[in-house]
Amino acid sequence: MNTTTLSHRAASRTRGSYGFRAVAQMEWQKLRTVRSTWYIVAVFAAGMVGLAMLVLSHENYAQMSVADRASFDPTKDAFLGLVLGQLLLGVLGVLAITTEFSSGMIRATFAAAPGRPLVLAAKAAVLGAVTLAAGEISAFAAFFAGQAMLKAPAPHATLGQPGVLRAVLMAGAYPALIALISLGIGAIIRHTAGASCALVGVLFVLPLLFVPLSPSIQNTAQKFLPHVMAALSLTAVKPAAHMLSPGLTFGLLCAYAMVALAAGAWALARRDA
Amino acid sequence: MIEARGLVKNYRSTLAVNNLSFDVRPGTVTGFLGPNGAGKSTTMRMIMGLDRPDRGQVRIGGKGYGDLRWPLREVGALLEAKAFHPGRTARAHLTALAASNAIGRQRVEEVLAITGIEKAADRRAGKFSLGMSQRLGIAAALLGDPQVLLLDEPVNGLDPEGIRWIRNLLKNLAAQGRTVLVSSHLISEIAHTADALIVIGQGRLLAQTTVAQLSARSSSLEEAFFQLTDGVTDYSRSL
Repeated sequence: MNTTTLSHRAASRTRGSYGFRAVAQMEWQKLRTVRSTWYIVAVFAAGMVGLAMLVLSHENYAQMSVADRASFDPTKDAFLGLVLGQLLLGVLGVLAITTEFSSGMIRATFAAAPGRPLVLAAKAAVLGAVTLAAGEISAFAAFFAGQAMLKAPAPHATLGQPGVLRAVLMAGAYPALIALISLGIGAIIRHTAGASCALVGVLFVLPLLFVPLSPSIQNTAQKFLPHVMAALSLTAVKPAAHMLSPGLTFGLLCAYAMVALAAGAWALARRDA
Repeated sequence: MIEARGLVKNYRSTLAVNNLSFDVRPGTVTGFLGPNGAGKSTTMRMIMGLDRPDRGQVRIGGKGYGDLRWPLREVGALLEAKAFHPGRTARAHLTALAASNAIGRQRVEEVLAITGIEKAADRRAGKFSLGMSQRLGIAAALLGDPQVLLLDEPVNGLDPEGIRWIRNLLKNLAAQGRTVLVSSHLISEIAHTADALIVIGQGRLLAQTTVAQLSARSSSLEEAFFQLTDGVTDYSRSL
């Protein structure tokens, strides 16, 4: 404690206040300085690229029926890794807040920045930027690596073909949106195990519940189920007929993320920390 | 200056804090005393805006915690020993907190030195002993060079040398004109550091007094404390 820093602080104390920018810097420091962030991102990237290469190197175009050839979509098939990838970035979103509750860090965070919706907004901005960057880089890498594995006579996809660039961009954005939805879930549930279960429930269990129902109900439900939205609309060069357009599907997923984050902010603000 | 007025806090069916009012003045160390479960931690969390009182309010320098413009530069707190991510290094933990209130990196190095953990700064904080964790918590509380300090049972886990260090630190901070509130359930511990005393039991104010006044009431300080808290020690409702 020396007095020079005290008087210096007294001068700066009168100006400005903490806000989004400063809190986002804190959140970036927090996300950056735990190992699990980079382990998860590394496994995500490896999974996206590795599964694209595996799937596209095993396409047996030469022996496909005419119908199968007509629906063959080497862009969509390059993103099978999203099955795993959505879970990984989703868990990253959950951990970004639940580890603060499990460790007690959340109280240090809220002491530093008592505006709780502001803290969640800053977390979402930082998490969104990191997962979007990881998602897009991995999506383009998966696309190119996958196409390189395709064997003649299968037709290769190129970014110049209609709908392909959109499909690749959406494949990168989708897991980032899942991360944001997961952050909202984490802010509500607070416990890593509970929030992760909820995430698995939404991504994997919910679609199974519709399987015994009639095809028309299933087709309607699929329009709104995240992983189906990614597989049959966002990343498909020719989206399935029963799905919403990629633009609408993307808008709907953004709305899911907004609702999850708004509910999370409300829960944080209302409950004791 | 901290002013609490009519604080009430219920946790489900338990009344943790019951119509509690007190003042904490600058320039002296104020001991916040009470048996386990008296409501000390709950009160400190309400001062920090972490728990919302059911009734009443707390002001720090005339403002609610949520209205502070640079919270860490105005209030520093140690509420629990291990309020950090175990995988993050001490330096990374402090750097992140500093960023939220636009506090320079140089100050991180200063508080690491003040608390004597600079050699361990790049070790993961989850590996720290309880004493080291307490020092890291105190480093975080000092980050913003705040005028108000709140410390919940800061001597827990410290060795004798550490206990002497923190007593001197707190006295020096108060001598600089800061407001220092330190909780403890041990009167003998707090009497070494504090002049002013706030004694609570079962969530109610039992006395706002001084160490000198309290010790004049009975044959010994501990005896006076036991007389004050007699009948309000209830381990079944420890929070």
